[in-house]
Amino acid sequence: MEKHKKSRIKRHNRYGYIFLIPFMAVFVIFQMIPLVSTIYNSFFENYRSGLKQIGPNFIGLANYAKLFTSGDLPKYFANTMIMWILGFVPQIVVSLVLAAWFTDPSLHLKAQRFFKTVIYLPNLIMASAFAMLFFTLFADSGPVNSILMSMHLISQPYKFMSHVGSVRGMVAFMNFLMWFGNTTILLMAGMLGIDSSLFEAAEVDGANARQIFFRITMPILKPIFVYVMITSLIGGLQMFDVPQILTNGSGDPMRSSMTLIMYLNKHLYSKNYGMAGALSVILLIITGLLSMVVFKTTADKKD
Amino acid sequence: MAAVQAKEEKTAKGTARGRRIFSYIILIILTFLCLIWFYILFINTTRSNGELGKGFTPIPSTHLIENLYNMLHGSLPFVRGMLNSLIIAGLSALFSTYFSTMTAYAIHAYDFKGKKAIYTFILAIMMIPTQVSALGFVQLVSKMNLMDHYLPLVVPAVASPVVFFYMKQYMDSNLPASLLEAARIDGAGEFRIFNTIVMPLMKPAIAVQAIFTFVSSWNNYFTPALILHKESMKTLPVLIAELRSADWLKFDMGQVYAAITFSIFPVIFVYLFLSKYIVGGVTAGGVKG
Repeated sequence: MEKHKKSRIKRHNRYGYIFLIPFMAVFVIFQMIPLVSTIYNSFFENYRSGLKQIGPNFIGLANYAKLFTSGDLPKYFANTMIMWILGFVPQIVVSLVLAAWFTDPSLHLKAQRFFKTVIYLPNLIMASAFAMLFFTLFADSGPVNSILMSMHLISQPYKFMSHVGSVRGMVAFMNFLMWFGNTTILLMAGMLGIDSSLFEAAEVDGANARQIFFRITMPILKPIFVYVMITSLIGGLQMFDVPQILTNGSGDPMRSSMTLIMYLNKHLYSKNYGMAGALSVILLIITGLLSMVVFKTTADKKD
Repeated sequence: MAAVQAKEEKTAKGTARGRRIFSYIILIILTFLCLIWFYILFINTTRSNGELGKGFTPIPSTHLIENLYNMLHGSLPFVRGMLNSLIIAGLSALFSTYFSTMTAYAIHAYDFKGKKAIYTFILAIMMIPTQVSALGFVQLVSKMNLMDHYLPLVVPAVASPVVFFYMKQYMDSNLPASLLEAARIDGAGEFRIFNTIVMPLMKPAIAVQAIFTFVSSWNNYFTPALILHKESMKTLPVLIAELRSADWLKFDMGQVYAAITFSIFPVIFVYLFLSKYIVGGVTAGGVKG
């Protein structure tokens, strides 16, 4: 990367700084300053109680203590993780299988482009509109109930929106639909990068498709697998649009589908800036730690 | 290799065929799962409120135009919403691709102190979600008197680490230093080189990233919902949320479906033409769900 630049005339290089100005200026103004002020806010008591404005008063770490002791944060964290896992497990299994099939030359599947185009499509759909669509389709008098009843699978409309399992299930299912195509394509890129002579050698040695998958493909795929998992986890922690629209921000039934970002959004709307700040900092720390893992694994891959 | 396995060929062929049939069945099921929702959406958009109340039929009815007309002339400003979405998403795509290419070019083409540190820094901030600084962002925008304005939703796109990373990688394999050297000898200025030589060479990468930025901005709900409160400034996702929070049973359900169709189908339609570039560009990375 460095060696071909030696001949270059030195004074051009100051343009490196000039070309960096827009990025750095916008980053500092719209991300750095807001981030610092978010952290600053987290140490203050600052909210509205009725018409009265309380604070801002410096209270140290009291907001953090309140987040952990008031009992809501662990619950919303658990909700977020449950819905993420419910969506991620089928997503990674289906994606691995599809990627293995698409890249398996002995299978030579036809219409690959068609299938890839279709499975990627839900990823581009506006999540809020998709959630609204599911809300109408799974309504008590909606088409899904109507179809199930006409097939005599149920005699009365199933109230999808009133059961913990069905609401969480719908959120997880939507996340699965929206992301399995993306994951398949990422894993495919990883699989296509594997030296094909390895597969040939294994075949000559009499390994079957399953052995090849678990003994060769999976170990080589590990870095990309970790990347997919952690980025998905970071994305999962940011889960918002789908449950927010589906439950109209309530996280019902009994706030069982309320996610961390929905909780943050609630504090932002009610102008409880102290709690919103503390929650943001906790999210920042978690995603920061997870990002470091991704950073490490991708850096290892390059060397 | 075929010769080695000659005696097993017959059974191998048999299992390969079975596996192929099995994989086609799974793929067809998944295709069905991906598309059925949009099919039902389309059918229901063609039916009147009365017909919708009678239960589902898979055959389209005749009220498509009527529903769309009612929705566009209804209480929520969907036409204006689409225009707002188009402007914000379009400008975001423009800003993020142009300035990310510029940032990547700075790192790619020049040698200066702190370059490596800056590169590492940009990669390190790639994963930080926008939500964690939302509180400070809203306060800042409010202090700048930019609430209900396009700017706070467009300008931050200038600093897009993911787009930067893609551009940088593309430059590493597609932008030879010798070409820039030649332009410099011809006496071209640095900005001129960037705008007239580098940008055209980056077209394929710019196209891919413009699509991705456009779509993610088009679909974005969290930030616009915090910034846009005036009815005439709202984007489509914010209007969808409003539709959801309205007492929806009183609505004409035909209109509700028409509104969802209006938000979803333009993207599907564009995707049919651009799918080749989109599916090819996915490996660029970034945060996912």
